[in-house]
Formats: sequence, C-alpha cells, structure tokens
Amino acid sequence: MPSKVHDAVLAWGAPGDDPRNPWFSWSYVSQNTDTLLAALREHLFLTLVAVALATAIAIPLAILAYRVGSLSGPILGFTGVLYTIPSLALFAFLAPFTGIVAPTTVLIGLTMYALLTIVRNTLTALRQVPADVLDSARGMGYGKRAMLWRIELPLALPGIMTGLRIATVSTVALVTVGEIAGWGGLGELIIGGFNSNFYRPQIMTATLLCVALALALDLVLLAVGRVIMPWTRRRAA
Amino acid sequence: MSVIEDAILWLNDPLNWTNPDGIIARTTEHLWISAAAVALGCAVAWPLGIWMGHVGRGGPAVVTVTNLSRAVPTVALLTIFPLTVVGFGPPAIILALSLFAIPPLLANAYLGLREVDPEVRDAGRGMGLSGWQLLRKVELPLAVPYLANGFRVAAVQVVATATLAAYVNGGGLGMIISRGFGLGLTAGGGQVLAGGALVALLCLAVEGILALVEKALLPKSLRRVKHRPPASAADALPAGS
Repeated sequence: MPSKVHDAVLAWGAPGDDPRNPWFSWSYVSQNTDTLLAALREHLFLTLVAVALATAIAIPLAILAYRVGSLSGPILGFTGVLYTIPSLALFAFLAPFTGIVAPTTVLIGLTMYALLTIVRNTLTALRQVPADVLDSARGMGYGKRAMLWRIELPLALPGIMTGLRIATVSTVALVTVGEIAGWGGLGELIIGGFNSNFYRPQIMTATLLCVALALALDLVLLAVGRVIMPWTRRRAA
Repeated sequence: MSVIEDAILWLNDPLNWTNPDGIIARTTEHLWISAAAVALGCAVAWPLGIWMGHVGRGGPAVVTVTNLSRAVPTVALLTIFPLTVVGFGPPAIILALSLFAIPPLLANAYLGLREVDPEVRDAGRGMGLSGWQLLRKVELPLAVPYLANGFRVAAVQVVATATLAAYVNGGGLGMIISRGFGLGLTAGGGQVLAGGALVALLCLAVEGILALVEKALLPKSLRRVKHRPPASAADALPAGS
C-alpha cells in the first residue's frame, strides 16, 4: 500500500493557477484542503507511531543501562554513532531491504533517531536522582523494584518528558526527509512543490503546517507533563 | 545478485569515482559547501554568543532559538532559499545549512562565557582589567573548550545535513543516494546503499577528526582537572536531521 499523498503529488504535475506564484495563497489552501489534510494526517501518523515505538524501546533500554553499569558504555556509544549518521544515509541503508512501498523504512529510521534522544535523556535523568534520596529509600526498606517504580522513575520523569518533547519535535521535522523513501507526509508537498515549477504557496503552506504541528505536539506533551507531574507545576510557573 | 554485491560492484567501478559527478567530485563539493556554511555560522553566532555571554544577557533567547530551530524542517529551508532573491546554486544551500549551525555555536559560546568562574572574573577586574581586556585575556581563553565543542557539534551536523541538499539537486554526496532512488530500487539499490555508506563514513570521519582537534585545543592546565563542557550542552541540540 503506497502512500496516498505520494501518489497524489506525483499525479499533479501541474503548478498552481496563479501566475504570480506568491508565497502564500488562500485559493491554494481552499482548493487543496483535502490533500493538505491527508498529508498532515500521514505526517501525524508517522510521528506518533515512531515516537511511541521509540519510547517503548528506549525507556527499558535506559533503565537497563542505568542498572547494569557495564552496558551503559556500549549503549551510549552505539547511540552516539547512529546520531552522527544522516537520516538520508540511514534510509539508504534500509530501503534496499525494506522497500519503499510500505512506510517501514521511514518508520524504522524515525524510530531509531527518536530512540537516541529518549535513551540519553532518560539515562541522564535517572542518574540525577540524588544519592541521599536513594539511601533513605533503601533505609526505609524499599526493594529494587519498588525503588525503581516509586522513587527513581517519578524523580526522573521531568527529564524523561523533556526527552520525549525533544524527540517528538525533531521527529516532526525529520518526517519530511522520508519523501525520498515514498513516505514524507508534508515533506511530499514541500519537495513536490519544488519539483513542479517551484510552486511557492504549496511549499510555504506545507512548511508552516509542519512547524505548527511540531509546536502543537510540544504543547500537548507539556500539558500532559503538567497533569502527570503536579509537583513540578509550582516550580515551572 | 544481492544489493550488497551491487553496492560493492558500484564502488569498484573507477568511473563512479572519477566522473564529473563521481564520488571524488561530490565529496569535494560536499566538504566545501559544509565548510562555507560552518564558517558563515561562526561569523554570525560567535560574536553574538560571546557578547551575550560577556554581558550576561539573552540566555532565554538562546534557548528559544535552539528550540525553534528543532521544529523547522531542513528540507523546507533548502527548498525555500533557492526561490528567494538568493537564487539557485550553492549560496542558497550554504545559507540554509548555516542557519542550522547557529544554535549549537551560539549556545556553546554563550555557555562558555557564562561558565567562567565569577571569582576569576572578579580577580581580573581587581587587577584593573577593562571589560575588553577581561574578555580577551580571561574569559575567551577559558571558553575555548566550549567553543571547540560547539564547533564540532555544528560542523558534524552541517556535514550530515548537507546530504539533504540532494533533495533540491544542490550537490554533495547525497546526490549519489538520490540518483540511486531515482533509478528505482531494483536498478539503483546498490548505488543507494553505496551512497549511504559513503555519507556515513564521511560523517564519522569528520566527527572523529574534530573530536581529536577538540582534545588538542583543550589547554594543558585544564586537561588535568578534567574540565569538560557538560554533555548536556551538546545533547540538548538537534541531531543531524
């Protein structure tokens, strides 16, 4: 099942009807609302799936690195090397094996990048839990598991949420690169607009939507953080 | 034949290296575009960051710039700049890339000057140093490790991001990958894989070399005390999108 947005952009070819090619045009927006919404939906879908997968893998991985000291070096080293490799190269490594028909290539790539941010922030946050707090918990008879769930993770939560926010915002921006592998959400419109006679309104509208989506998701996560961590509210304000 | 064999075959063809748009030409192009972008970024971000750190103002602005830059897709700037007065060609690419070099350079320059021990600063003032002398003789030398760290992060990021110039036919090693995708994965899969390997290798090499330079730049007196910029300064910044 190839991306519907990708096909729609390929099928157009025709530039807009406005010969002035302005940076923004309401007629473009009103005539192409369906395509814009479809691209936005695809963008949101790719972002949410990638961040969710990354979170599900990264937090246990960070806890493992935190608990087993000898593993933290290799885990951080591996994430560091991956961080240096550009997304386009990563897609190039994956695409010949996973193909470009399904969003698999793009999702694996996006998940890996989001993973790194979340692992690092989670590990840093866990390490910042004060030693005397851990000592007193131990003195009160907390076991390893109770300590993790009731002391370490709650205290690390603000740091973990920061990691999630950074990962989400970066993923929204990174989805556009997926265009080359057939699944780029709003990136399809940005690059499609460039390729069909440098159609400015399309490039600009898609870019603005992309930035707006990133900021909106950031705000949502900020609000979620406030709700699940009521104790940080006073300090943050 | 497997894709990996195709990739090795592609890399083994001397013409793929020496063609006018072969690996050597593309790598040279990639490196000079990146170097120009980093230089431009330094020219803007360092004076600004050093000044803001010196007078101790603008910290929140640095954080805002960093956060906002994360939300702007590189691909968008790469498509937008050629359509403005800048016009098509390398200048538009360099301008777009340099914008992504600014946040790490700015944040580290600011942080480096802010992290100077206030007592050292006071001692300098007590010795009768003027603001300018204090900056040149005390603050800047102490901020060198941070500036070097920011430079490495920015340079690696720009070299990685320059790959994306291929989306707008802007040159660089990414072109090898995008041409491969253009051929379709059955015919171009090997080239895609080979291009990916070259790009990854280039980025890791730049990262490795600059890490060595960064180590060498650390003043001897500071090496002993393990005075390293906190990892968070670099980690908080966006990756090689």
